[in-house]
Amino acid sequence: MLTIRDLHARVEGNEILRGINLTVNAGEVHAIMGPNGSGKSTLAGVLAGRAAYSVTAGSVRFEGKDLLAMEPEDRAREGLFLAFQYPVEIPGVNNSYFLKSSLNAIRKHRGLEELDAVDFLTLIRQRMKLVEMDESFLNRPVNEGFSGGEKKRNEIFHMAVLEPRLAILDETDSGLDIDALKIVADGVNTLRRPDNATIVVTHYQRLLNYIVPDVVHVLVDGRIVKSGGKELALELEERGYDWVRENNARATVAG
Amino acid sequence: MPSEQQPMITWYEEQFGAFEKSLNGGRTSEIHALRRKGIAAFAALGFPTPRQEEWRFTNIAPITKTAFQPSRQSADLSIVEDRIRPLLLAGAWHLVFVNGQFAPSVSHLAGLPAGVMVSALSEALQKHPNEILPALGAVVRSDENAFTALNTAFLQEGAFIAVRDGMDVERPIQVLFAAHSPGGPTLIQPRNIVIGGARSRFTIVEQYVGVSEHPYLTNAVTEISLGARAVLEHDRVQEESLEAYHVDSLQVHLRRDCRYTSTAVSLGGAIARSTIGTVLDDEGIECTLNGLLLATGTQLLDSHTAIDHARPNCASHELYKSILDGQSHGVFNGKIFVRKDAQKTDAKQTNKTLLLSDDAVIDTKPQLEIFADDVKCTHGATVGQLDDEQIFYLRSRGIAEADARDILTYAFASDVIGRIAVEGVRTRLEPVIHARLSRARTTEHARVHQS
Repeated sequence: MLTIRDLHARVEGNEILRGINLTVNAGEVHAIMGPNGSGKSTLAGVLAGRAAYSVTAGSVRFEGKDLLAMEPEDRAREGLFLAFQYPVEIPGVNNSYFLKSSLNAIRKHRGLEELDAVDFLTLIRQRMKLVEMDESFLNRPVNEGFSGGEKKRNEIFHMAVLEPRLAILDETDSGLDIDALKIVADGVNTLRRPDNATIVVTHYQRLLNYIVPDVVHVLVDGRIVKSGGKELALELEERGYDWVRENNARATVAG
Repeated sequence: MPSEQQPMITWYEEQFGAFEKSLNGGRTSEIHALRRKGIAAFAALGFPTPRQEEWRFTNIAPITKTAFQPSRQSADLSIVEDRIRPLLLAGAWHLVFVNGQFAPSVSHLAGLPAGVMVSALSEALQKHPNEILPALGAVVRSDENAFTALNTAFLQEGAFIAVRDGMDVERPIQVLFAAHSPGGPTLIQPRNIVIGGARSRFTIVEQYVGVSEHPYLTNAVTEISLGARAVLEHDRVQEESLEAYHVDSLQVHLRRDCRYTSTAVSLGGAIARSTIGTVLDDEGIECTLNGLLLATGTQLLDSHTAIDHARPNCASHELYKSILDGQSHGVFNGKIFVRKDAQKTDAKQTNKTLLLSDDAVIDTKPQLEIFADDVKCTHGATVGQLDDEQIFYLRSRGIAEADARDILTYAFASDVIGRIAVEGVRTRLEPVIHARLSRARTTEHARVHQS
């Protein structure tokens, strides 16, 4: 589904990603872990098409297409979804209007008919239950006045409505208490299907107790330095990122 | 008065002479004495120039250099009636003027409740001269500036609305001024009088619409006075032709425990200058002024507001927003006076501008003059562009960039639009605003491609 080859990217002249290689297949959940500043959010942003990042080398194929050549809206229409680390407040635009515009833009791209008001409402009511969101959130401006946890739940709610092929959750666990974390994780797990995939970007292992990954990657200084099964997350939690850093340094010296 | 204006002053004096002749017997009336004062004041003042502080940012040379012909009775209204009917609000009383002349065929006033008078000013003057004459010029000084003076000189027609004490008028009163002047630059000068009795409650929609793209000048004066505990919701929509000029002056006099709300949306006109003055002349008054300016191309839209807190314990809230695209120019000037007497005043003014292009310009000037010491007065002005992070957020959910910009621009205006009292006005404006924004974008696009 997603193939990243030797991806290099810069932000304001600083090279943040220094050769990422990653393959994600349909049906898989990948976790990308790493210390602050390792490039986790940059990777998520580059995949979603954030303008501040410039790709200097490498390639990304998504469902056989050149992802980096696409505008952000086309990436979304092709089935990519980024759950923002800091969901953006949009005063004056109500949540359900936004979702409807978004869903219909995606459906149109896929050659489906736009949903009418009744079908749309039926769909979103059903999906709200996944993240236990109150209906009052539909008519409120997008994220405005939402608590940190409500914003994150709203992201997963959007994801549930848009049904992406590949979802990237960027630090969705940050700022969540344990109850909200469980709700968000349950939502993500319910949406798992053999034909979609998820990349969970996180600093802490905690979320991975609830969203169990097939593969865990450790990102340090813009490179994936270690990949393994779900037990790698636990090992990291126990031994800290310095352990991988040291290992990495040793490996580099040895190599 | 600058000497280069002399030919234009003479032009309007000549027009006044012709107007006088057409009046026949009306020349000796009391109202005509007022008109004569008007033309004299106009000749003495001359049109304002950018050298005057009040007009510093607003160059009205195209207005002062055009010889506008005062509008006369138009014979055939049938062409414009088809354009007017879709503009009439469902469930409202309709008082319609075409080129300043009362248009009975598209007005609907039959069945007005007793105690509610809605009519053409000329008709009201004929029927109740003694009641109405003192109201003319009671709130607006005819020598305030050249425009109010000129309006007074040709004073003849406009909207007259009077609501008796205690009357609650359920249906909104829509006053629609349609302009259609294919025959050359026309001068349209409505004079509107609104009198709300004590404890009266009513809603007015005041609307200026150009039904064809021709140059003309609307120069309107509106005088409103409200009695104690009256409540007036006043929606105002300015959609003049983009070839036209629009100047209006609204003066509002408020008494004890009144509630007055004006929500003004200004979209039209090559140059449009709107002046609002409110006097809070007793205690317990709440005055709210909302405004939205939406300018594209080379439009110049100007809003001057003044809120005069003359007495204690009153509140005023003001929210004005501008969206400027192309090479348009917006002007906001918000005066708030708090007199020495006006303790416990609570005044809040907010002015926000969204610039959609690098060539658009806003001049914004809050002007607070406070002479009382126990008051709460705040003001804030912001000028900004669309937020890149918001645009990216929308795009990352599949929304095209142009649509994202459109959604966010409309969202910027939405709180002012949300304050429009009459739902029918709101729902009609929504597509009009969207169309204006996307039209601006298309034009901008064409311009870029040409160059």
